[in-house]
Amino acid sequence: MSKINELFNGKIHAINVGIEFFKDDIIKQNANASHLDWKPPGGGKPELINALDKLENAAVAEKIAAANKLAVERIINSQPMLVGFDQAINVVPGMTKTTILHAGPPITWDKMCGSMKGAVTGAIVFEGLAKDIEEAEQVAASGAITFSPCHEHNCVGSMAGVTSASMFMHVVKNKTYGNVAYTNLSEQMAKILRMGANDESVIARLNWMRDVLGPMLRDAMKIAGEIDLRLMLAQALHMGDECHNRNNAGTSLLIQALTPYILETDFTKEQKREVFDFVASSDYFSGPTWMALCKCALDAAHGIENSTIVTTMARNGVEFGIRVSGMAGNTWFTGPAQKVIGPMFAGYKPEDSGLDIGDSAITETYGIGGFAMAAAPAIVALVGGTVEEAIGFSTTMKEITTAENPNVTIPLLDFQGVATGIDIRQVIQTGILPIINTAIAHKDAGIGMIGAGITYPPMEAFEKALLAVTETISQ
Amino acid sequence: MSTKVVIKQSTYFDSVSLMSLSTKANQIEGVEQAVIAMGTDMNKEVLKNVGLLTPELEAAKTSDLMIVVKAATDELCESALIAIEELFKKKGGSKSATEIKYSTIDSAAASIPEANLAVISVNGAFAAREARKALENDLHVMLFSDNVSIEEEIALKQFAHEKGLLMMGPDCGTAIIGNVALCFGNAVRKGNIGIVGASGTGSQEVSVRIHDFGGGITQLIGTGGRDLSEQVGGIMMLDGIKALEEDEATKVIVLISKPPAASVQEKVLAQVKSCKKPVVVYFIGGEETPVLEAGGHFAKTSKEAAIKAVVLAGANEDELNKRALNWPLIEEVRAKLTPEQKYVRGLFCGGTLCDEAMYLAMDKYEDVYSNIQKKADYKLKNIHESKAHTFLDMGDDDFTNGKPHPMIDPSTRIARFLEEAKDPSVGVILMDFILGFGSHEDPVGVMLPAILEAKANAAKEGRHLEILGYVLGTDLDTPNFDEQVKKLMDAGVTIASSSTNAGLLAREFVAKGE
Repeated sequence: MSKINELFNGKIHAINVGIEFFKDDIIKQNANASHLDWKPPGGGKPELINALDKLENAAVAEKIAAANKLAVERIINSQPMLVGFDQAINVVPGMTKTTILHAGPPITWDKMCGSMKGAVTGAIVFEGLAKDIEEAEQVAASGAITFSPCHEHNCVGSMAGVTSASMFMHVVKNKTYGNVAYTNLSEQMAKILRMGANDESVIARLNWMRDVLGPMLRDAMKIAGEIDLRLMLAQALHMGDECHNRNNAGTSLLIQALTPYILETDFTKEQKREVFDFVASSDYFSGPTWMALCKCALDAAHGIENSTIVTTMARNGVEFGIRVSGMAGNTWFTGPAQKVIGPMFAGYKPEDSGLDIGDSAITETYGIGGFAMAAAPAIVALVGGTVEEAIGFSTTMKEITTAENPNVTIPLLDFQGVATGIDIRQVIQTGILPIINTAIAHKDAGIGMIGAGITYPPMEAFEKALLAVTETISQ
Repeated sequence: MSTKVVIKQSTYFDSVSLMSLSTKANQIEGVEQAVIAMGTDMNKEVLKNVGLLTPELEAAKTSDLMIVVKAATDELCESALIAIEELFKKKGGSKSATEIKYSTIDSAAASIPEANLAVISVNGAFAAREARKALENDLHVMLFSDNVSIEEEIALKQFAHEKGLLMMGPDCGTAIIGNVALCFGNAVRKGNIGIVGASGTGSQEVSVRIHDFGGGITQLIGTGGRDLSEQVGGIMMLDGIKALEEDEATKVIVLISKPPAASVQEKVLAQVKSCKKPVVVYFIGGEETPVLEAGGHFAKTSKEAAIKAVVLAGANEDELNKRALNWPLIEEVRAKLTPEQKYVRGLFCGGTLCDEAMYLAMDKYEDVYSNIQKKADYKLKNIHESKAHTFLDMGDDDFTNGKPHPMIDPSTRIARFLEEAKDPSVGVILMDFILGFGSHEDPVGVMLPAILEAKANAAKEGRHLEILGYVLGTDLDTPNFDEQVKKLMDAGVTIASSSTNAGLLAREFVAKGE
């Protein structure tokens, strides 16, 4: 039977695009209709529609499909293992005593936002490159410091992302593809360097992390050998974390895995007690760990010719930047960093917030965080307040991604895998932006975290990326 | 200033929930500062910073929930605490089960395997792209959008043809597939007559007349108005005929179109010739001979097409109420009109209804003007000014550019009607009222005040103004057919029983000296 005759004899199920009452009329007649939440592709901009059309040319589309398939396979098949902790100067490629890594796309000292400046000056004092914050500002402005994005050194950094030579780093190795990713240790929450705070208490904590916490973790991991992070991530999601803003389960799992080895190290009982108390002081201990996992998996998918998959989303508090697999190396596509909307600590108001900042959007790039909100009903307040909305965010993200990661699943969605492999074509086509849940840092230096909420990248970054990718691929 | 503290022992809330509650609490009328937090050291530190830490709070344990409110008076504090209690109460069952919303045809088609058709009505600039995506996903397409280029139409139809899919439109307003009307359509009985129509209201009219004569429809395939042009070449009409020929339920096929391009007519009639089922051909203003030569059944009007179809489908012609023209009525109206009242003014929502009435007038008169006239001499130069007999398709782009269709927004037609009603050379004003899916909820009702006003004004001037109405719809349609007709009759409007009769009555009403 021809397809037309099959239609005559079957039950109508229409997909309705445009005027909504056409759907209602079809349903009134006992047939099925699904109404699309449709927007003009590329916001109706002709150059973007042209670009999409070019990319839909059969031969081009085929090339892209093959490249994207490879890219998501690499993201999904990556098996990031925690293999150690060490100081940045010892492990991070290109690190020097006067290098300071920061979150997001490249930025110069004069353009940095308040919280990043606060973190940079704090780090300069911490490294002994200045005696106080005032002098640190001069050092930062003097040209003596090399500023560079974490991402360009196989690293990611929470919030300001400020990473200096003697800070201890997670070392995460991709068992499947061999690449290594790094990120520093959680300072836990509130008044901390990565949020822009830099007073004596902050420096004192950094010193303790350098002298006690870091070495203890390093020694413990020497005994442990390796810890399978992807397995742990999957477990944490099943326990109600989305592993960007909620890390209660992940932190318990991680410290549980480390504890026997920590006990075997040569540190004093008192020092061990300090470490356990520190981990217990907030649930964020495993937050950076997941970021390194995500970075490790995504780096394995970067630089695949013709791929339109996003491998990086990062913000420096001024600009939001993305990198796309098909544009190898450090080609950033940027737009202005956005406001983060969400609940705030008592005493702070929206006008106190700095703009979106941090490399932590690497979690959304991988498919967790805001993308996995349905796994974490406990913190749906971040995304509007209801579990339904959280589920909505997780399912909507499938509209802009290429695959579902079968290794990392969400029980509430019948164990569907997290939406993985953001495709810039789909973002432009649908007008749907990746959702990011994130912390809010104060706009001024020296204060720290004041809330958390949701934000989106600027569409502009994806538009620029699409145009550039189109030019590259069509050549 | 007053401060109140409540400590709830061993009451756990996640910090994010509490931040959210705090934010809401701070928005409560009269609240200076409110903090809702667990009794952790960090939170106590925050309270200390804002000067709200009391010894009572200092003693709170990590597992205790702290609620602190600062307001101008004790009363305000108390009422804020009550309001905060309300915030903790969850309004359950907030929304119905989440319906997954898809944003693209690709994702909807991938997730709904039973989907078989896309109905597309987005802006013309984006429509072809969406239609292509639907076809790529093996979906049949009903493309309502207009302003799609002819090149795009050809590409889409060729693609659909290769894939064996229906590509109805662009600018296709009507279809009935599997007894489901899509976009604009009427509720008609299920039966054994299949229709392929290149004109929307023409197809609606034939389907409604078939229903009226006791017959029924299998499928109504809309092709879009340009399908039978030289360039498009009738791709969809040819595929439509073939599909209906293969459809077991269909016994008779009816084709409706404005006159096709000559080469396309040849192709279509060749297919009619080879078709094993009887085919009724109604090409508005078309010629009889080529149709008969092809073994088709020629219809000069939409009503004739419907009658031939139901008879071929098995109805007994002698038992049909063909609703013959009411000659006594015609005589009566002629007697009321003055010698100066010579002209018909037709104001239509339906393009084919306009076309049919116009062609019937052209059979009798020379000076028939329209915005859709084929003859250049009689095409209105200024569409806002009527001349002699004028038939206006007010749904045409000339009138709708940047405005909604008169079926949805009647304001343009109302204004024009009031103008025409003032003209002493006008004998009859003919208007259509289209019911059914997609139509206005009360098309007669919105026109009624203007009709009453015009009638009254003409009466004041001692002039009879004949208003002729045609309601396109069935007894199963919404809004209710009988109610719509009654409203018109109560306002003194004469009712025609079909599009064909409407055209015939209008032209006969103004005929002089026969």
